[in-house]
Amino acid sequence: MLLINCPWCGPRDETEFHYGSEAHIGYPEKPEDLTDKQWAEYIFYRNNPKGWFAERWVHNVGCRRWFNIWRNTVNHEFGPSYKPFTKQPSRPQ
Amino acid sequence: MTIKRRHTEELPEHPDFLWKNPSPKKSYDVIVIGAGGHGLATAYYLAKNFGITNVAVLEKGYLAGGNMGRNTTIIRSNYLWDESAGIYEKSLQLWEGLEEEVGYEMFFDQRGVMTLAHSVSDLRSKQRNFYANAVNDIDSQWLTPEEVKKIAPIVNISPDVRYPVLGATYQARGGIAKHDWVAWGYAKAASDLGVDLIQGCEVKKVKVENGKVVGVDTNQGFISANKVAMAAAGHTSVLSEMAGFRVPLQSRPLQALVSELLEHVLDTVIMSGAVHVYVSQAHKGELVMGAGTDAYNSYAQRGGFHVIEHQLASALELFPIFSRAHLLRTWGGIVDIAPDASPILGLTPVEHLYINSGWGTGGFKATPGSGWAFADTIAHNRPHDLVKPYSLNRFVTGHLIDEHGAAGVAH
Repeated sequence: MLLINCPWCGPRDETEFHYGSEAHIGYPEKPEDLTDKQWAEYIFYRNNPKGWFAERWVHNVGCRRWFNIWRNTVNHEFGPSYKPFTKQPSRPQ
Repeated sequence: MTIKRRHTEELPEHPDFLWKNPSPKKSYDVIVIGAGGHGLATAYYLAKNFGITNVAVLEKGYLAGGNMGRNTTIIRSNYLWDESAGIYEKSLQLWEGLEEEVGYEMFFDQRGVMTLAHSVSDLRSKQRNFYANAVNDIDSQWLTPEEVKKIAPIVNISPDVRYPVLGATYQARGGIAKHDWVAWGYAKAASDLGVDLIQGCEVKKVKVENGKVVGVDTNQGFISANKVAMAAAGHTSVLSEMAGFRVPLQSRPLQALVSELLEHVLDTVIMSGAVHVYVSQAHKGELVMGAGTDAYNSYAQRGGFHVIEHQLASALELFPIFSRAHLLRTWGGIVDIAPDASPILGLTPVEHLYINSGWGTGGFKATPGSGWAFADTIAHNRPHDLVKPYSLNRFVTGHLIDEHGAAGVAH
Protein backbone atom coordinates (compact mmCIF):
# COMPACT_ATOMS: atom_id res chain seq x y z
CA MET A 1 0.00 0.00 0.00
CA LEU A 2 1.26 3.44 -0.91
CA LEU A 3 1.69 6.14 1.73
CA ILE A 4 0.51 9.30 0.01
CA ASN A 5 1.37 12.77 1.20
CA CYS A 6 -1.79 14.89 1.02
CA PRO A 7 -0.64 18.54 0.96
CA TRP A 8 -3.43 19.43 3.40
CA CYS A 9 -3.54 16.42 5.75
CA GLY A 10 -0.11 14.88 5.55
CA PRO A 11 0.77 11.23 4.84
CA ARG A 12 -2.19 8.85 4.70
CA ASP A 13 -2.84 5.30 3.44
CA GLU A 14 -3.56 4.83 -0.24
CA THR A 15 -7.03 3.43 0.53
CA GLU A 16 -8.11 6.93 1.62
CA PHE A 17 -7.56 8.26 -1.90
CA HIS A 18 -8.83 7.95 -5.42
CA TYR A 19 -6.60 8.25 -8.44
CA GLY A 20 -7.13 11.03 -10.97
CA SER A 21 -4.56 10.17 -13.66
CA GLU A 22 -2.29 12.74 -15.34
CA ALA A 23 -2.17 16.23 -13.85
CA HIS A 24 -2.29 19.54 -15.71
CA ILE A 25 -4.78 18.57 -18.41
CA GLY A 26 -6.75 21.75 -18.98
CA TYR A 27 -10.10 22.01 -20.72
CA PRO A 28 -9.54 23.31 -24.26
CA GLU A 29 -9.62 27.10 -24.33
CA LYS A 30 -11.52 27.25 -27.61
CA PRO A 31 -13.43 23.98 -27.80
CA GLU A 32 -15.34 25.14 -30.87
CA ASP A 33 -12.10 25.31 -32.84
CA LEU A 34 -10.94 21.78 -32.07
CA THR A 35 -10.68 19.18 -34.83
CA ASP A 36 -11.82 15.61 -34.16
CA LYS A 37 -8.19 14.63 -33.80
CA GLN A 38 -7.61 17.33 -31.18
CA TRP A 39 -10.74 16.25 -29.30
CA ALA A 40 -9.44 12.66 -29.32
CA GLU A 41 -6.15 13.94 -27.88
CA TYR A 42 -7.94 15.83 -25.14
CA ILE A 43 -10.37 13.06 -24.20
CA PHE A 44 -8.45 9.84 -24.72
CA TYR A 45 -4.71 10.52 -24.81
CA ARG A 46 -2.74 10.75 -21.58
CA ASN A 47 0.96 10.38 -21.05
CA ASN A 48 2.05 7.01 -19.73
CA PRO A 49 5.71 7.51 -18.83
CA LYS A 50 8.02 4.91 -17.39
CA GLY A 51 9.55 7.07 -14.64
CA TRP A 52 8.45 10.31 -13.01
CA PHE A 53 4.81 11.23 -13.55
CA ALA A 54 2.88 14.28 -12.29
CA GLU A 55 -0.54 12.94 -11.37
CA ARG A 56 -3.73 13.87 -9.53
CA TRP A 57 -5.20 12.21 -6.47
CA VAL A 58 -8.24 13.12 -4.38
CA HIS A 59 -8.26 12.52 -0.63
CA ASN A 60 -11.84 11.31 -0.75
CA VAL A 61 -12.20 9.93 2.78
CA GLY A 62 -10.12 12.72 4.29
CA CYS A 63 -10.30 16.40 3.31
CA ARG A 64 -11.96 15.47 -0.01
CA ARG A 65 -9.68 17.81 -1.87
CA TRP A 66 -7.76 17.27 -5.11
CA PHE A 67 -4.02 17.72 -5.34
CA ASN A 68 -1.06 16.90 -7.56
CA ILE A 69 1.98 14.80 -6.79
CA TRP A 70 5.10 13.53 -8.50
CA ARG A 71 5.42 9.74 -8.43
CA ASN A 72 7.85 7.38 -10.10
CA THR A 73 6.00 4.65 -12.00
CA VAL A 74 8.99 2.31 -11.90
CA ASN A 75 9.49 2.03 -8.15
CA HIS A 76 6.48 3.94 -6.72
CA GLU A 77 8.73 6.49 -5.03
CA PHE A 78 6.99 9.81 -4.38
CA GLY A 79 8.30 13.27 -5.10
CA PRO A 80 6.72 16.47 -3.79
CA SER A 81 2.96 16.88 -3.61
CA TYR A 82 1.44 20.28 -4.33
CA LYS A 83 -1.91 22.00 -4.28
CA PRO A 84 -3.83 22.76 -7.48
CA PHE A 85 -3.09 26.11 -9.14
CA THR A 86 0.27 26.35 -7.41
CA LYS A 87 3.61 26.24 -9.19
CA GLN A 88 4.62 22.74 -10.16
CA PRO A 89 7.82 21.64 -8.39
CA SER A 90 10.47 20.52 -10.83
CA ARG A 91 10.68 16.86 -11.77
CA PRO A 92 12.60 14.93 -9.11
CA GLN A 93 15.96 13.55 -10.19
CA MET B 1 -0.99 -36.46 -34.02
CA THR B 2 -3.16 -37.25 -31.06
CA ILE B 3 -2.57 -35.49 -27.79
CA LYS B 4 -3.22 -37.46 -24.66
CA ARG B 5 -5.32 -35.26 -22.44
CA ARG B 6 -4.49 -35.41 -18.76
CA HIS B 7 -6.96 -33.68 -16.62
CA THR B 8 -5.35 -33.51 -13.24
CA GLU B 9 -2.80 -35.66 -11.53
CA GLU B 10 0.48 -36.21 -13.27
CA LEU B 11 2.07 -33.33 -15.03
CA PRO B 12 4.95 -34.32 -17.26
CA GLU B 13 8.56 -33.53 -16.43
CA HIS B 14 9.77 -30.10 -17.41
CA PRO B 15 10.71 -30.19 -21.05
CA ASP B 16 14.18 -30.18 -22.51
CA PHE B 17 15.26 -27.21 -24.62
CA LEU B 18 12.49 -26.58 -27.08
CA TRP B 19 13.94 -23.78 -29.17
CA LYS B 20 17.29 -22.46 -30.30
CA ASN B 21 18.79 -19.34 -28.74
CA PRO B 22 20.58 -17.70 -31.68
CA SER B 23 22.41 -14.38 -31.78
CA PRO B 24 20.52 -11.80 -33.79
CA LYS B 25 21.25 -11.57 -37.49
CA LYS B 26 21.93 -8.15 -39.03
CA SER B 27 18.63 -8.05 -40.83
CA TYR B 28 15.17 -9.60 -40.84
CA ASP B 29 12.03 -9.39 -42.93
CA VAL B 30 10.00 -8.95 -39.76
CA ILE B 31 10.99 -8.14 -36.19
CA VAL B 32 8.40 -8.84 -33.52
CA ILE B 33 9.03 -6.98 -30.25
CA GLY B 34 7.96 -9.05 -27.28
CA ALA B 35 8.11 -12.83 -26.80
CA GLY B 36 4.86 -13.12 -24.90
CA GLY B 37 1.92 -15.11 -26.17
CA HIS B 38 0.83 -12.63 -28.81
CA GLY B 39 4.35 -12.04 -30.13
CA LEU B 40 5.15 -15.75 -30.33
CA ALA B 41 1.80 -16.56 -31.94
CA THR B 42 2.35 -13.76 -34.46
CA ALA B 43 5.77 -15.12 -35.39
CA TYR B 44 4.41 -18.66 -35.67
CA TYR B 45 1.54 -17.66 -37.98
CA LEU B 46 3.84 -15.45 -40.09
CA ALA B 47 5.99 -18.53 -40.72
CA LYS B 48 3.21 -21.10 -40.94
CA ASN B 49 0.53 -19.24 -42.91
CA PHE B 50 2.62 -16.89 -45.01
CA GLY B 51 6.02 -18.61 -45.34
CA ILE B 52 7.72 -15.56 -43.79
CA THR B 53 10.44 -17.26 -41.78
CA ASN B 54 13.16 -14.62 -41.72
CA VAL B 55 11.65 -13.36 -38.49
CA ALA B 56 13.10 -12.44 -35.09
CA VAL B 57 11.18 -12.17 -31.87
CA LEU B 58 13.06 -9.83 -29.51
CA GLU B 59 12.44 -10.18 -25.80
CA LYS B 60 14.03 -7.90 -23.22
CA GLY B 61 13.53 -10.40 -20.41
CA TYR B 62 12.90 -14.10 -20.79
CA LEU B 63 10.36 -15.80 -23.00
CA ALA B 64 6.80 -15.53 -21.64
CA GLY B 65 8.07 -13.83 -18.48
CA GLY B 66 5.63 -10.96 -18.70
CA ASN B 67 1.85 -11.12 -18.73
CA MET B 68 1.91 -14.46 -20.57
CA GLY B 69 3.19 -16.08 -17.38
CA ARG B 70 1.09 -13.96 -15.03
CA ASN B 71 -2.51 -14.22 -16.23
CA THR B 72 -5.30 -16.43 -14.86
CA THR B 73 -5.50 -18.47 -18.10
CA ILE B 74 -9.22 -18.02 -18.74
CA ILE B 75 -10.45 -18.65 -22.27
CA ARG B 76 -13.87 -17.63 -23.59
CA SER B 77 -15.42 -15.75 -26.51
CA ASN B 78 -18.77 -14.59 -25.09
CA TYR B 79 -18.16 -10.87 -25.46
CA LEU B 80 -20.90 -8.35 -26.11
CA TRP B 81 -20.07 -6.53 -29.33
CA ASP B 82 -19.81 -7.94 -32.86
CA GLU B 83 -16.20 -6.77 -33.24
CA SER B 84 -15.20 -8.67 -30.10
CA ALA B 85 -17.22 -11.72 -31.08
CA GLY B 86 -15.24 -11.78 -34.33
CA ILE B 87 -11.72 -11.89 -32.97
CA TYR B 88 -12.36 -13.75 -29.70
CA GLU B 89 -14.44 -16.45 -31.39
CA LYS B 90 -11.79 -16.89 -34.08
CA SER B 91 -9.36 -17.28 -31.23
CA LEU B 92 -11.47 -19.89 -29.47
CA GLN B 93 -11.80 -21.87 -32.69
CA LEU B 94 -8.01 -21.84 -33.04
CA TRP B 95 -7.62 -22.94 -29.41
CA GLU B 96 -9.81 -25.94 -30.19
CA GLY B 97 -7.23 -27.35 -32.62
CA LEU B 98 -4.08 -25.73 -31.31
CA GLU B 99 -2.37 -28.59 -29.47
CA GLU B 100 -2.76 -30.82 -32.51
CA GLU B 101 -1.62 -28.08 -34.86
CA VAL B 102 1.60 -27.17 -33.09
CA GLY B 103 2.16 -30.69 -31.76
CA TYR B 104 2.55 -29.63 -28.17
CA GLU B 105 0.40 -30.21 -25.15
CA MET B 106 -1.10 -27.07 -23.61
CA PHE B 107 -3.62 -28.54 -21.18
CA PHE B 108 -6.41 -26.74 -23.01
CA ASP B 109 -9.44 -27.76 -21.03
CA GLN B 110 -12.97 -26.74 -22.06
CA ARG B 111 -14.47 -26.92 -18.60
CA GLY B 112 -16.89 -24.05 -19.22
CA VAL B 113 -17.00 -20.45 -18.05
CA MET B 114 -19.87 -19.22 -15.93
CA THR B 115 -20.68 -15.55 -15.27
CA LEU B 116 -23.03 -14.92 -12.38
CA ALA B 117 -25.72 -12.23 -12.09
CA HIS B 118 -26.59 -10.86 -8.65
CA SER B 119 -29.09 -8.03 -9.08
CA VAL B 120 -31.88 -7.11 -11.46
CA SER B 121 -29.69 -4.76 -13.47
CA ASP B 122 -26.90 -7.32 -13.46
CA LEU B 123 -29.37 -9.94 -14.66
CA ARG B 124 -30.53 -7.73 -17.51
CA SER B 125 -27.04 -6.91 -18.66
CA LYS B 126 -26.01 -10.60 -18.55
CA GLN B 127 -29.13 -11.57 -20.48
CA ARG B 128 -28.36 -8.89 -23.02
CA ASN B 129 -24.92 -10.43 -23.34
CA PHE B 130 -26.45 -13.90 -23.66
CA TYR B 131 -28.74 -12.78 -26.50
CA ALA B 132 -25.93 -10.88 -28.21
CA ASN B 133 -23.89 -14.09 -28.17
CA ALA B 134 -26.82 -16.01 -29.66
CA VAL B 135 -27.08 -13.48 -32.49
CA ASN B 136 -23.37 -13.92 -33.16
CA ASP B 137 -23.61 -17.75 -33.16
CA ILE B 138 -21.49 -18.01 -30.05
CA ASP B 139 -22.48 -20.88 -27.79
CA SER B 140 -24.02 -19.55 -24.64
CA GLN B 141 -26.54 -20.90 -22.18
CA TRP B 142 -28.66 -19.22 -19.58
CA LEU B 143 -28.57 -20.94 -16.20
CA THR B 144 -31.00 -20.71 -13.32
CA PRO B 145 -29.51 -20.66 -9.80
CA GLU B 146 -30.34 -24.38 -9.47
CA GLU B 147 -28.49 -25.11 -12.70
CA VAL B 148 -25.56 -23.06 -11.42
CA LYS B 149 -25.53 -25.22 -8.30
CA LYS B 150 -25.60 -28.39 -10.38
CA ILE B 151 -22.49 -27.40 -12.32
CA ALA B 152 -20.70 -25.80 -9.36
CA PRO B 153 -22.00 -27.23 -6.07
CA ILE B 154 -19.78 -24.99 -3.94
CA VAL B 155 -21.52 -21.78 -5.01
CA ASN B 156 -23.76 -20.40 -2.30
CA ILE B 157 -27.15 -19.85 -3.99
CA SER B 158 -29.10 -18.99 -0.87
CA PRO B 159 -31.35 -15.95 -1.47
CA ASP B 160 -30.40 -14.64 1.98
CA VAL B 161 -26.89 -13.48 1.16
CA ARG B 162 -25.56 -10.10 0.27
CA TYR B 163 -25.06 -11.08 -3.38
CA PRO B 164 -27.70 -13.72 -4.21
CA VAL B 165 -27.17 -15.66 -7.45
CA LEU B 166 -30.09 -14.81 -9.74
CA GLY B 167 -28.80 -16.56 -12.83
CA ALA B 168 -25.73 -16.96 -14.99
CA THR B 169 -24.46 -17.13 -18.52
CA TYR B 170 -22.45 -20.22 -19.33
CA GLN B 171 -20.13 -20.83 -22.24
CA ALA B 172 -19.39 -24.55 -22.27
CA ARG B 173 -16.61 -24.19 -24.85
CA GLY B 174 -14.72 -21.79 -22.60
CA GLY B 175 -12.12 -22.98 -20.14
CA ILE B 176 -8.45 -22.72 -19.27
CA ALA B 177 -5.01 -23.75 -20.56
CA LYS B 178 -1.56 -23.78 -19.02
CA HIS B 179 -0.20 -20.45 -20.12
CA ASP B 180 3.50 -21.26 -20.01
CA TRP B 181 2.92 -24.42 -22.05
CA VAL B 182 1.02 -22.36 -24.62
CA ALA B 183 3.99 -20.02 -24.94
CA TRP B 184 6.43 -22.93 -25.17
CA GLY B 185 4.29 -24.64 -27.79
CA TYR B 186 4.21 -21.56 -29.99
CA ALA B 187 7.91 -20.90 -29.36
CA LYS B 188 8.92 -24.44 -30.32
CA ALA B 189 6.74 -24.44 -33.43
CA ALA B 190 8.00 -21.00 -34.51
CA SER B 191 11.64 -21.94 -33.85
CA ASP B 192 11.21 -25.19 -35.81
CA LEU B 193 9.96 -23.13 -38.77
CA GLY B 194 13.11 -20.95 -38.65
CA VAL B 195 12.07 -18.01 -36.47
CA ASP B 196 14.85 -16.59 -34.26
CA LEU B 197 13.77 -16.18 -30.64
CA ILE B 198 16.19 -13.77 -28.99
CA GLN B 199 15.90 -13.32 -25.24
CA GLY B 200 17.66 -10.64 -23.21
CA CYS B 201 17.42 -8.31 -26.20
CA GLU B 202 15.93 -4.96 -25.28
CA VAL B 203 14.80 -2.49 -27.91
CA LYS B 204 16.26 0.94 -27.11
CA LYS B 205 15.06 2.82 -30.16
CA VAL B 206 12.71 2.19 -33.05
CA LYS B 207 14.46 3.63 -36.09
CA VAL B 208 12.26 5.52 -38.51
CA GLU B 209 13.45 7.11 -41.78
CA ASN B 210 11.15 9.15 -44.02
CA GLY B 211 8.13 7.92 -42.15
CA LYS B 212 9.04 4.25 -42.56
CA VAL B 213 10.52 1.92 -39.97
CA VAL B 214 13.99 0.62 -40.84
CA GLY B 215 14.93 -1.40 -37.78
CA VAL B 216 15.60 -1.25 -34.07
CA ASP B 217 18.53 -0.31 -31.86
CA THR B 218 18.96 -2.90 -29.13
CA ASN B 219 21.37 -3.73 -26.33
CA GLN B 220 22.79 -6.24 -28.85
CA GLY B 221 23.27 -3.61 -31.56
CA PHE B 222 21.26 -2.36 -34.51
CA ILE B 223 19.04 -4.87 -36.29
CA SER B 224 17.46 -3.80 -39.53
CA ALA B 225 14.05 -4.96 -40.61
CA ASN B 226 11.59 -4.42 -43.41
CA LYS B 227 8.71 -4.58 -40.94
CA VAL B 228 8.49 -4.23 -37.16
CA ALA B 229 5.56 -5.45 -35.07
CA MET B 230 5.05 -4.38 -31.48
CA ALA B 231 3.53 -6.92 -29.09
CA ALA B 232 4.79 -5.45 -25.86
CA ALA B 233 1.64 -5.09 -23.73
CA GLY B 234 2.37 -2.71 -20.83
CA HIS B 235 5.43 -1.26 -22.57
CA THR B 236 3.62 -0.28 -25.77
CA SER B 237 3.56 3.41 -24.78
CA VAL B 238 7.32 3.37 -24.29
CA LEU B 239 7.92 1.78 -27.71
CA SER B 240 5.46 4.07 -29.49
CA GLU B 241 7.21 7.09 -28.05
CA MET B 242 10.50 5.76 -29.45
CA ALA B 243 8.82 5.61 -32.85
CA GLY B 244 7.45 9.14 -32.50
CA PHE B 245 3.72 8.70 -31.95
CA ARG B 246 1.35 8.44 -29.00
CA VAL B 247 -1.13 5.74 -28.06
CA PRO B 248 -4.14 6.18 -25.75
CA LEU B 249 -2.98 3.53 -23.31
CA GLN B 250 -2.37 3.54 -19.57
CA SER B 251 -0.18 0.89 -17.92
CA ARG B 252 -1.55 -0.46 -14.66
CA PRO B 253 -0.65 -3.30 -12.32
CA LEU B 254 -3.00 -6.27 -12.38
CA GLN B 255 -2.54 -8.81 -9.63
CA ALA B 256 -3.45 -12.45 -9.34
CA LEU B 257 -3.03 -15.10 -6.69
CA VAL B 258 -3.10 -18.82 -6.01
CA SER B 259 -4.02 -20.80 -2.95
CA GLU B 260 -2.23 -23.86 -1.67
CA LEU B 261 -3.07 -27.14 -3.42
CA LEU B 262 -6.53 -28.37 -2.53
CA GLU B 263 -8.75 -31.30 -3.39
CA HIS B 264 -10.75 -30.63 -6.53
CA VAL B 265 -13.93 -28.79 -5.69
CA LEU B 266 -14.43 -26.63 -8.75
CA ASP B 267 -14.27 -27.96 -12.29
CA THR B 268 -15.49 -24.91 -14.15
CA VAL B 269 -14.49 -21.23 -14.27
CA ILE B 270 -16.68 -18.84 -12.31
CA MET B 271 -16.79 -15.10 -12.79
CA SER B 272 -18.84 -12.48 -11.03
CA GLY B 273 -18.71 -8.82 -11.88
CA ALA B 274 -20.78 -7.56 -8.96
CA VAL B 275 -18.77 -9.42 -6.33
CA HIS B 276 -15.57 -9.08 -8.34
CA VAL B 277 -14.38 -12.67 -8.48
CA TYR B 278 -12.97 -14.83 -11.16
CA VAL B 279 -11.76 -18.19 -10.04
CA SER B 280 -10.79 -21.56 -11.41
CA GLN B 281 -8.99 -24.50 -9.92
CA ALA B 282 -5.82 -25.40 -11.77
CA HIS B 283 -4.84 -28.92 -12.71
CA LYS B 284 -2.70 -29.45 -9.64
CA GLY B 285 -5.45 -28.18 -7.34
CA GLU B 286 -4.59 -24.58 -6.53
CA LEU B 287 -7.35 -22.00 -6.73
CA VAL B 288 -6.38 -19.34 -9.24
CA MET B 289 -7.95 -15.93 -8.79
CA GLY B 290 -7.52 -12.57 -10.40
CA ALA B 291 -7.76 -9.33 -8.48
CA GLY B 292 -8.65 -5.93 -9.84
CA THR B 293 -6.15 -3.49 -11.27
CA ASP B 294 -4.40 -1.14 -8.91
CA ALA B 295 -5.62 2.41 -9.33
CA TYR B 296 -2.45 4.05 -10.59
CA ASN B 297 -0.08 3.89 -13.55
CA SER B 298 2.89 1.67 -12.93
CA TYR B 299 5.64 -0.33 -14.59
CA ALA B 300 6.65 -2.10 -11.38
CA GLN B 301 4.91 -5.49 -11.86
CA ARG B 302 3.56 -5.36 -8.34
CA GLY B 303 0.60 -3.84 -6.59
CA GLY B 304 -0.86 -3.16 -3.16
CA PHE B 305 -1.83 -5.97 -0.82
CA HIS B 306 -5.13 -4.30 0.02
CA VAL B 307 -6.21 -5.16 -3.52
CA ILE B 308 -5.53 -8.84 -2.76
CA GLU B 309 -7.40 -8.60 0.56
CA HIS B 310 -10.38 -7.06 -1.20
CA GLN B 311 -10.32 -9.86 -3.76
CA LEU B 312 -10.22 -12.59 -1.10
CA ALA B 313 -13.05 -10.98 0.85
CA SER B 314 -15.12 -10.97 -2.33
CA ALA B 315 -14.34 -14.61 -3.03
CA LEU B 316 -15.46 -15.68 0.45
CA GLU B 317 -18.77 -13.93 -0.13
CA LEU B 318 -19.55 -16.40 -2.90
CA PHE B 319 -17.55 -19.40 -1.70
CA PRO B 320 -17.64 -19.68 2.09
CA ILE B 321 -15.83 -23.01 1.65
CA PHE B 322 -12.62 -21.11 0.72
CA SER B 323 -12.35 -19.50 4.14
CA ARG B 324 -9.78 -22.03 5.37
CA ALA B 325 -7.67 -21.99 2.22
CA HIS B 326 -4.24 -20.44 2.56
CA LEU B 327 -2.96 -17.88 0.15
CA LEU B 328 0.21 -19.28 -1.38
CA ARG B 329 1.47 -16.65 -3.77
CA THR B 330 0.51 -13.32 -5.33
CA TRP B 331 2.07 -11.52 -8.25
CA GLY B 332 1.45 -8.64 -10.60
CA GLY B 333 1.78 -7.86 -14.28
CA ILE B 334 1.57 -4.58 -16.16
CA VAL B 335 -1.47 -4.37 -18.39
CA ASP B 336 -2.07 -1.77 -21.09
CA ILE B 337 -5.58 -0.44 -20.89
CA ALA B 338 -7.32 1.48 -23.66
CA PRO B 339 -10.15 3.95 -22.97
CA ASP B 340 -12.80 1.48 -24.22
CA ALA B 341 -11.17 -1.63 -22.70
CA SER B 342 -10.66 -3.08 -26.18
CA PRO B 343 -7.37 -3.76 -27.94
CA ILE B 344 -5.57 -1.47 -30.35
CA LEU B 345 -4.44 -3.41 -33.39
CA GLY B 346 -3.16 -2.84 -36.87
CA LEU B 347 -1.21 -0.17 -38.69
CA THR B 348 0.44 2.86 -37.07
CA PRO B 349 1.34 6.36 -38.30
CA VAL B 350 4.77 4.87 -39.14
CA GLU B 351 4.85 2.80 -42.32
CA HIS B 352 5.62 -0.91 -41.82
CA LEU B 353 5.34 -0.55 -38.05
CA TYR B 354 2.41 -2.50 -36.58
CA ILE B 355 0.76 -2.40 -33.20
CA ASN B 356 -0.78 -5.19 -31.13
CA SER B 357 -1.71 -3.77 -27.75
CA GLY B 358 -4.42 -2.72 -25.37
CA TRP B 359 -5.49 -6.24 -24.45
CA GLY B 360 -5.57 -4.93 -20.92
CA THR B 361 -6.90 -7.37 -18.38
CA GLY B 362 -7.96 -10.09 -20.83
CA GLY B 363 -5.39 -10.85 -23.49
CA PHE B 364 -4.53 -14.48 -22.82
CA LYS B 365 -7.69 -15.92 -24.37
CA ALA B 366 -7.02 -13.94 -27.52
CA THR B 367 -3.48 -15.27 -28.01
CA PRO B 368 -4.16 -17.51 -31.05
CA GLY B 369 -6.69 -15.23 -32.76
CA SER B 370 -4.62 -12.12 -32.17
CA GLY B 371 -1.45 -13.73 -33.53
CA TRP B 372 -3.33 -15.18 -36.49
CA ALA B 373 -5.00 -11.93 -37.54
CA PHE B 374 -1.94 -9.80 -36.73
CA ALA B 375 0.33 -12.01 -38.87
CA ASP B 376 -2.11 -11.57 -41.75
CA THR B 377 -2.10 -7.81 -41.17
CA ILE B 378 1.71 -7.69 -41.22
CA ALA B 379 2.07 -9.98 -44.24
CA HIS B 380 -0.33 -7.91 -46.35
CA ASN B 381 0.42 -4.50 -44.83
CA ARG B 382 -3.29 -3.82 -44.27
CA PRO B 383 -5.58 -4.62 -41.38
CA HIS B 384 -7.25 -8.03 -41.51
CA ASP B 385 -11.05 -7.81 -41.36
CA LEU B 386 -11.04 -8.97 -37.73
CA VAL B 387 -8.43 -6.30 -36.91
CA LYS B 388 -10.03 -3.37 -38.78
CA PRO B 389 -12.39 -2.21 -36.00
CA TYR B 390 -9.46 -1.99 -33.56
CA SER B 391 -7.56 0.77 -35.35
CA LEU B 392 -5.95 3.66 -33.51
CA ASN B 393 -8.20 5.90 -35.55
CA ARG B 394 -11.34 4.79 -33.70
CA PHE B 395 -10.55 7.29 -30.96
CA VAL B 396 -10.87 10.05 -33.55
CA THR B 397 -13.96 8.72 -35.34
CA GLY B 398 -15.67 7.72 -32.10
CA HIS B 399 -16.23 4.08 -33.12
CA LEU B 400 -15.32 2.78 -29.68
CA ILE B 401 -15.82 -0.86 -28.73
CA ASP B 402 -16.93 -0.57 -25.15
CA GLU B 403 -16.15 -3.84 -23.42
CA HIS B 404 -15.79 -2.53 -19.87
CA GLY B 405 -18.81 -4.55 -18.79
CA ALA B 406 -18.07 -7.61 -20.82
CA ALA B 407 -14.63 -7.97 -19.27
CA GLY B 408 -16.64 -10.01 -16.78
CA VAL B 409 -15.44 -8.08 -13.79
CA ALA B 410 -14.85 -4.39 -13.34
CA HIS B 411 -11.20 -3.43 -13.43
